[in-house]
Amino acid sequence: MHIPDGFVNAPTSLAAGAVAAGGVGVSLRRAAQTLQERQAPLAGLVAAYIFAVQMLNFPVAAGTSGHLLGGALAAILVGPWAGALCVSVVLLVQALLFADGGLSALGLNIVNMALVTAWGGYAIFLLLRRALPATRTSVTVSAGVAAGISVVLASLAFVVEYAIGGTGGASVGTVLAAMVGVHTLIGIGEGIITALTVGVVLRVRPDLVYGAADLQAPLVVGPQPGQMVRR
Amino acid sequence: MSRPVRSSNLRLFLAGGLLVAVGLAMLVSGFASSAPDGLNKVAEDHGFAANAREHLFENGPLAGYAVKGVNGDRLSTGLSGLIGVLVTFGLGMALFALIRVMRSGRDRSEPTRAP
Repeated sequence: MHIPDGFVNAPTSLAAGAVAAGGVGVSLRRAAQTLQERQAPLAGLVAAYIFAVQMLNFPVAAGTSGHLLGGALAAILVGPWAGALCVSVVLLVQALLFADGGLSALGLNIVNMALVTAWGGYAIFLLLRRALPATRTSVTVSAGVAAGISVVLASLAFVVEYAIGGTGGASVGTVLAAMVGVHTLIGIGEGIITALTVGVVLRVRPDLVYGAADLQAPLVVGPQPGQMVRR
Repeated sequence: MSRPVRSSNLRLFLAGGLLVAVGLAMLVSGFASSAPDGLNKVAEDHGFAANAREHLFENGPLAGYAVKGVNGDRLSTGLSGLIGVLVTFGLGMALFALIRVMRSGRDRSEPTRAP
């Protein structure tokens, strides 16, 4: 979903750049307030993992592929603020080193793939968690569903940008239908990858999952690894 | 007693996770679909794909997830993936280490916690 230079006009791209800068600034401040010590290195790993999995385009329909966006996954693992930063780092590396995503479109891409997916995805995740019982299975299922929906939200964000400053001749309604249609399919892939990843981390190091912090049994003196979690 | 055990577990977890990321980027990336992604397909189908301008770094050494001068698609893609994972990991670690420093600075300057 990386927007190249030229799909959206310069004023809109510039405005999105300002929004992205503001969002990254807020994320930096909030992450500095909330990021747990042991989650800082995990956030670095999450960024690297998202870079890797974004390379793995999977086929979704005739002649179309999709790949993980990762914002919801990052938000569930390290929190929405650090999560948005993880994806922003990935997008920066991709735009500067891999010529993936236009330089003038970096703001648009950060808004769509980092801020909307991390914050929107995490909000949906919280709503689902509230509706479901407090179990690890609920966390995994909520993560998958929230991640899937976050891809559709990101595609909607593009449609908004296209409506404001798109350079194409196609009507907004046409682009809306096409974007939501294909990204619903891509969202299924996003949901599966996210649920699998969160499921594995929950099994190996449940204490590292930001979105499952409430499942941790209260700390007792001198706990042994493995005794940390009941359920 | 339990603290060092946990931090070494964390190191092990990070090493394992990084290995998974490297493996995906190096080995699995060669099997990824090369069809246009959702946005590019929509752009093709609805007549604005041609509006894309060439990337400023189109001729960069890693442009398009291939290492310039390395023959063989899978090798070239895999190597670019390895480099990308390591660069992203390094940049991410640096950023979040910085954030942690910001945090500890804040803790020291605002001793408002209950004693």
